[in-house]
Parts: sequence; structure tokens; C-alpha cells
Amino acid sequence: MSLIAAWGLTKRFGDFTAVDGINFEVERGEVFGFLGPNGAGKSSTMRMIGCVSDPTGGALRILGMDPSREGTKIRSSLGVVPQQDNLDEELSVAENLYVYGRYFDLPRAVLRPRISELLEFVQLSERADDHVEPLSGGMKRRITIARALISEPEVLLLDEPTTGLDPQARHVVWERLWTLKRQGVTQVLTTHYMDEAEQLCDRLVVMDRGKIVAEGSPRQLIERYSTREVVEVRTHGQVTVMAEALRRLGESPKAQAREELYERVEELPDRVLLYTDQGERLVALLGEVEHESVLVRRSTLEDVFLHLTGRSLVD
Amino acid sequence: MARAAVVPSTRLAVEYWLLTYRRNWKGSILTSFLSPVLFLAAMGLGLGSLVDAEVGSGRDLGGLDYLDFLAPGLLASNAMMLAVNESTYPVLGGFKWYRTYMAMAASPLRGRDILLGHFAYMAFRVTLASFVFLGVMAAFGSVSSPLAVLAPFCAALCGMAFATPTAAFVATRINADNFSTYTRFVIMPMFLFSGIFYPVSQLPIVLEQLAWLTPVWHGVRLCRALSTGSGVNWELAGHLAYLVALILAGTLVASRTFTKRLYE
Repeated sequence: MSLIAAWGLTKRFGDFTAVDGINFEVERGEVFGFLGPNGAGKSSTMRMIGCVSDPTGGALRILGMDPSREGTKIRSSLGVVPQQDNLDEELSVAENLYVYGRYFDLPRAVLRPRISELLEFVQLSERADDHVEPLSGGMKRRITIARALISEPEVLLLDEPTTGLDPQARHVVWERLWTLKRQGVTQVLTTHYMDEAEQLCDRLVVMDRGKIVAEGSPRQLIERYSTREVVEVRTHGQVTVMAEALRRLGESPKAQAREELYERVEELPDRVLLYTDQGERLVALLGEVEHESVLVRRSTLEDVFLHLTGRSLVD
Repeated sequence: MARAAVVPSTRLAVEYWLLTYRRNWKGSILTSFLSPVLFLAAMGLGLGSLVDAEVGSGRDLGGLDYLDFLAPGLLASNAMMLAVNESTYPVLGGFKWYRTYMAMAASPLRGRDILLGHFAYMAFRVTLASFVFLGVMAAFGSVSSPLAVLAPFCAALCGMAFATPTAAFVATRINADNFSTYTRFVIMPMFLFSGIFYPVSQLPIVLEQLAWLTPVWHGVRLCRALSTGSGVNWELAGHLAYLVALILAGTLVASRTFTKRLYE
């Protein structure tokens, strides 16, 4: 049985539909992601899973229970890392974990050893007695993760776990989440970073404007919605002009002779993307079109999102 | 998968507030001590000597020295001020700046645990400060009845009659813009016109009747009767009932506004 299952899950705020009838299932032990730009409905979905927001429509089951009737019981089994840190900055690191453990009615004797274990896990043992306030954003995020684990939850919910962190801090957080994944902790996360989704998620859904537009593993999604490679062509001149030239190139007899040169052309404000399975051969033909620079890379989830919605993930 | 379900309770939410209080209890006790010392010295002794010389412990003050008349009034108003402080910025902060309530809401705690936990802590703070106040009153020699030990509890009721509706209102606010207006034009007039510094019978009848509606007037009457031992009669039950009714109404409204804000 799925740990979390939703059918036609809907959340409306007045006239605005934040989550528009989505279906998904999360299995035990997997890392499941909601990928989408800001305002796609990821956080609203997360709040419904976290039992702090009642669905307006559809059905949701978490650990086999109905959140609108057994919210307290479900929340006993969840660990939540919210988008905005809500640690108590005047308390020490260890006190933050302690007081949160008390919300779960865990006795001091249980909490003491668990706090030192968890602080070791997030590499903050030496900071146990420091105030939270002066610590870096990355450290605070790791404390919040440790705090979410204090009740040994069955599911860890992470809402944009690395938003606002510098690259180094992000990698430390990712590495910790990886370790949790190896330990078999079920994780549900939202992100608008395609690299985060690729790194962490076993399976993910792509959300846009409250709807799920695609679902699968990162590799499946790329195979299904993009090509093996992408050729990025930049220009000093007008992108539209170059894009037109590139389209003509694809239709030229010389190119036709070599079968299909590329599948799609996408225009971005500063460059043109050519989706192809034969990047190097395509580059060899580019001499005929005036351009500034060219780059061949493999497809990412960003390309999947662009293909599905016609827009970029991060504005 | 089977695990003992957590039984959420208000007690667990109170623990958080007590832990934060442990961080700054010394400063808080010191403030609770200094404020009555300053007020009673300046108004009670300073102004009081003048009043007593002119009015001469007259019938207008119910046969009381000015200090004995004033001190229980300040006990009640002090509780009001503290309760208003505790139910404005810390409550908005719980939703917005520190997001304490949001952290609690993600745990097994229920909305009512979060709300009642904070209210219980406020009541604790106000009661404690009121006992310190009573101690200072005793040191100034303005406690003349053993019933005075009940006065801090009445002061706390008076405080909570403000804290509960204030918190209910604050839970609907996006920012703290209106807080100083509220203190200046709602709380301050009550401080000045509710029978703390002079009997409300000195006021024009309209203002006097308005004063009867304010929770602080009822709190003042209770504290004054208990600390002086005079005027202890059935009227006090009415004052108590009025304050308790306000607290219940405030809590009821607050549970609606809190729930809306926490789980929107």
C-alpha cells in the first residue's frame, strides 16, 4: 500500500485554484519530488500532506488515514522541514531539538541521546549549546532537518530544502538527504531546482499552474520529453533572426540527406536551443549560420519543463 | 508502523514558553519589581501626601489613604499593561516573525493546544508579576487585609480579559501597524479613566458609566476590596463574572482567528 495517495486533490483559496485535481502516490522508502516554478501549487500540496491545510476537494490518504479526521495522529509520524526556517533563535541548538521533541511528548531520557546523535548526523555537535541566531543559513537548515527527525518520522517532508543556500551549503544538505535515503527514510520534497530534483528524487511529478504535467523518474522524464543532447547556440545579434536561420538549416537538402538533424528548436531571450540526438554532427553544420558561441550538453529536467510548459523553471 | 499515538496537550505547548521564560526570568522579575516601586513612590508617596493633606482621608476615597487607594488600582492596571504586551507582538511573532505557532502546528499539537498553551503562559507571567507587585505594596505598607493574597489572581483575570480579545484581534493582522494606536487610544484611556487614580464617581455620569464597561474598572474594584478588606461583598462576584465572561468570549473568538491563520 502507498504511504501517501491523492486522487483529484484540490485546494482553492477563494476564486484562485492553487492545486487543481492532482493524483499521485508515494511508496515507502522512496524520495518523491514535486518540481515546478514558484506558484505551481507545490507548497499548498505540501501543507495538505502535512495536515495543516484541509483539501477543498478530492481525497488524500496518508499512512492509510484521512488528514481531515486524524491530523494529529498523522502528524505524529511526520517530520517537517518548512520552506521558511522557524527555529527559536534565542534558544540554543540543542534546546530547539529538545522543545520540538516535547511536542511529541518524548521523555527527556529518550531525547537526550537522540539529540546528540542527530547533531552528530548534521555535523553540528560542537554547536549544541550555541544560540541559533548567529549561525549561517546552511547550519540553520541542517538544524531544522535534525529537528524534523527528532520523532523518528515515517515520512520526511521537505519544502524547498535548499532554497536560499549557497552552493557549498546546498551540497552538504544534499549529502545528508542522500544518507537518509540510503537509510530508507521516505522523503517528499518540493523544489524549483532541476538539479536538486535530479540528484535526490527517485520519482517526481512536474507541476505547473496547479496541475501535474508529467510524472516519472528523472531519467524517464528526460527520455520521454527531451532528446539525448541539447545544442545551445548564442548570438550577438537578434535571437529570432538566428533561430530562423537555424530552422532553414534543418530544412536544407544537405541536412535532409542526413535524416532528421534535430527534433525541436526553442528560443530563449539570449540563445536558441536545438534538441537533437546527434549534437556533434549538428555543430559541424553550424558554420553556415552566424553565431557567437556553441555548446553541446546533455538534456536536463529544465529542458523537460521547457518542453512541457514553454517556460523556464527559474525566472 | 504501529506506534503509540501522541496525545497532544496544552501542557506540551506551555513547556515551550516556559523554556523561553527561563532565558530571561531575571530581567522580567526585576522589571516587575521596579515598576511598582517607582509608581508607588512617585504617585503614592509624592502625590499622595498632597492629596491626603487636602482631602484628608475623606469619604471620597472611602476612608482610605491615597497610597492605599491607588496601589491596588495600579496592581490591576499593571496586569492589564503586561497582558497587552504579551498578547500583541509575541502573538504576531508566533505567526509571522518567529513562526513559533507554525512550528507547533506541524507537530501533533492541535490549534487549541497552541492557543491555550500561550494563554496559560501569559496568565502565569501576569500572575507572577502581580505577586511581585503585591510584595512591593506590602513593603510600602499599603496592604491591610489577609484577603490581599487573592488580589494577584484577580489582577491576572483582569489581564487575561485584555489578553484574550487582543490576541484574537492580532491573529487577523498582517503587520504591527495598529498596535501603537491600540495602546495609545484604547488601553491608555482605560488606564486614565477607570478608577485607578480617583473614584469614577468624580467623572461626569456618561464617562462614569463608560468606565463601568471597561474590564480594568472591574479588576480595580476587586483588587481594592481584597487589599484593603473594605467593601468585600456580593458586588465582587459580579466583577469576577464580568471578567470571566470576557475571557471566555475572547478565547472563543481567538480560537476562530487562530485556526483561520494557522490552517488557511
